[in-house]
Amino acid sequence: MSDTRPRVFIVDDHALFRSGVRSELGDDVEVVGEADDVAPAIAGIRECLPDVVLLDVHLPGGGGQAVVTALKPEHPEVRFLALSASDAPEDVIAVIRAGARGYVTKTISGSELVDAVRRVAAGDAVFSPRLAGFVLDAFANGPGPGQQRLSLDPELDQLTGREREVLRLIARGYTYKEIARELFISIKTVETHVSSVLRKLQLSTRHQLARWATERRLA
Amino acid sequence: MEEPAGWRPPWETARAAGGSGAPPAEAPRDQEQAPWHFRRHGPGRWSRGPGTPLRRPREDRLVGGVAAAIAGRMGRDVTTVRIVLVVAAVLSGGFVAAAYVVAWMLIPMAGTQRGLASRALADRRGLALVAGFWSVLILVRILASVFKAGWLGSLIFPLAVAGAGLILIWRNAAEDEQAMMRRQIQPLLGLTTGSRRTGLILRLTVAVILLAGGIAALQSAHENVALLRPLAGVALLISAIVVLLGPWWLRIARDLVVERQARVRAEERADIASRVHDSVLQTLALIQRRADQPQQVVALARAQERELRSWLFDGRPPGTIDEAATTLAGGVRLIQQNVEAQHEVAVEVVLVGDCPLDDDLTALLAAAREATVNAAKWSGANVISIFAEVEPTEVSVFVRDRGKGFDPQTVPADRKGLAESVRARMARRGGNAAIRSAPGEGTEVSLTMPRNVTEASQA
Repeated sequence: MSDTRPRVFIVDDHALFRSGVRSELGDDVEVVGEADDVAPAIAGIRECLPDVVLLDVHLPGGGGQAVVTALKPEHPEVRFLALSASDAPEDVIAVIRAGARGYVTKTISGSELVDAVRRVAAGDAVFSPRLAGFVLDAFANGPGPGQQRLSLDPELDQLTGREREVLRLIARGYTYKEIARELFISIKTVETHVSSVLRKLQLSTRHQLARWATERRLA
Repeated sequence: MEEPAGWRPPWETARAAGGSGAPPAEAPRDQEQAPWHFRRHGPGRWSRGPGTPLRRPREDRLVGGVAAAIAGRMGRDVTTVRIVLVVAAVLSGGFVAAAYVVAWMLIPMAGTQRGLASRALADRRGLALVAGFWSVLILVRILASVFKAGWLGSLIFPLAVAGAGLILIWRNAAEDEQAMMRRQIQPLLGLTTGSRRTGLILRLTVAVILLAGGIAALQSAHENVALLRPLAGVALLISAIVVLLGPWWLRIARDLVVERQARVRAEERADIASRVHDSVLQTLALIQRRADQPQQVVALARAQERELRSWLFDGRPPGTIDEAATTLAGGVRLIQQNVEAQHEVAVEVVLVGDCPLDDDLTALLAAAREATVNAAKWSGANVISIFAEVEPTEVSVFVRDRGKGFDPQTVPADRKGLAESVRARMARRGGNAAIRSAPGEGTEVSLTMPRNVTEASQA
């Protein structure tokens, strides 16, 4: 990664939270702007073209998803990192599928957030343990006893064994470095695996993931 | 036209008697509820005793709520009372209708002590209006006798009483009752100002023709002995009224339904508000008071977050405690809840899949709990992560902290004790336990238990 600080744009409807994030990010990144809703966010991001947009999943005017969908086609170089206090799987999956490069929860520590921003700025994906859990669940192997699963369709079973291992370690709370050491691979390889999972998550048969999310909500 | 729902669920009945609409003068509610209560459970006859006053309820009313008041007092069904009243009004040539209006004025609303009558008597303008109304009636009476329309003459007296009563009620009713009356009348006003003029004209024409036919048939009945003609006349009259007023009745019925829905929504909102108050607002208040004790504030916030989350996403109302979990996920959440409450650490849980608990998995959960408590006590970390995954053939739970860790070669006695007990517990059930730790790097306890696959699929 280049030694320039990543330029960050913060979108969140809570002013308190925005200023909190700003101070937590400190001098490690350059915050170039903030917005509190979908429309001003789109305008602001168009104007200053940041490296990374920290995007609240829940926004009054349509959700973070709307921001990603509006900007992705014209500015593919702008990367989005979803940030949320909510863990409703369908919300998270929706933002990821719209094109966000990762998802972290708002309880994340400052240094971890800086790490995540750097990683997303460099084009990698960032999965929180919870997101890793969601993905494992969504791409689960087969129906266990007494458990309704969607993977009757083999097409959904797209994760390689290695990807699954990586996701499992993320879900267990391992950092990329620890995962690399655990699996005897380089950090770069870990990042490659995660990015490929992200791509599968974004590209796999749309309705199955949606259905999974709905079912989980109902369960 | 009858109330769409004759029977009401008990909570509604109680509400109807208790009065929940606009805040009235706060009168003794218990007293009001008594007759309704008896109506459902007691023998319910006249012998209600002097302690239960006759009151017109706010909710269960079609016109003035008199029928509901009588029903409540007598312990009868409102619908029955209404039918009796309507039949009696027709048979008595309108006198019961007049009596109804008088009763409307005399019986106080639920939650109040005095009827409308006392106020009405002091309403000079209202009395003047009544006088004017009566003078018009006298004129009509004279005209009727000139034209030999005796049937109209016999209606004059009840009409005079009822009309005067209605005028006084309209002018003197309390705000909320007036609003109710306005709502009842509104659709009728809409009949004349409605946008669908042609429909209205058509209906009016049909009604007038039917009405004229009916009146003519009734009139000629006196001269003609044929038995069928008065019946036909009545039928024509009724159909005229139905044609004219049917849509209005329908609208009233619809409004009643809408009103009920609105009330249900209002109740839901009140329920949410009270839950939020009991949980979130209370916690926020506590947090403000303990702002100087960060550990406790964090613990409170965590507990509240967990509770709110399980309410919003899992539909479990705040305050319910999982006494005994029946699934693995429930069990892990229970561990999270207890450890966070007792040890002031955050426990992050990630769950993949779920399955019902059996003895083996209960043992697995017990081991996981021991590992979590141990990490909370000794590691010094403020976050512990639990990852539980249910796979077709096995269930694994990982408990990880980033605390001080230890060297497995030089384990202190107490920790060795833990390791041994966890390992033994798992081994007895055919499971596996591994503990990995290094000084400064935290500890991870991995537990796996093969699944008892009762469904023949995996065996």
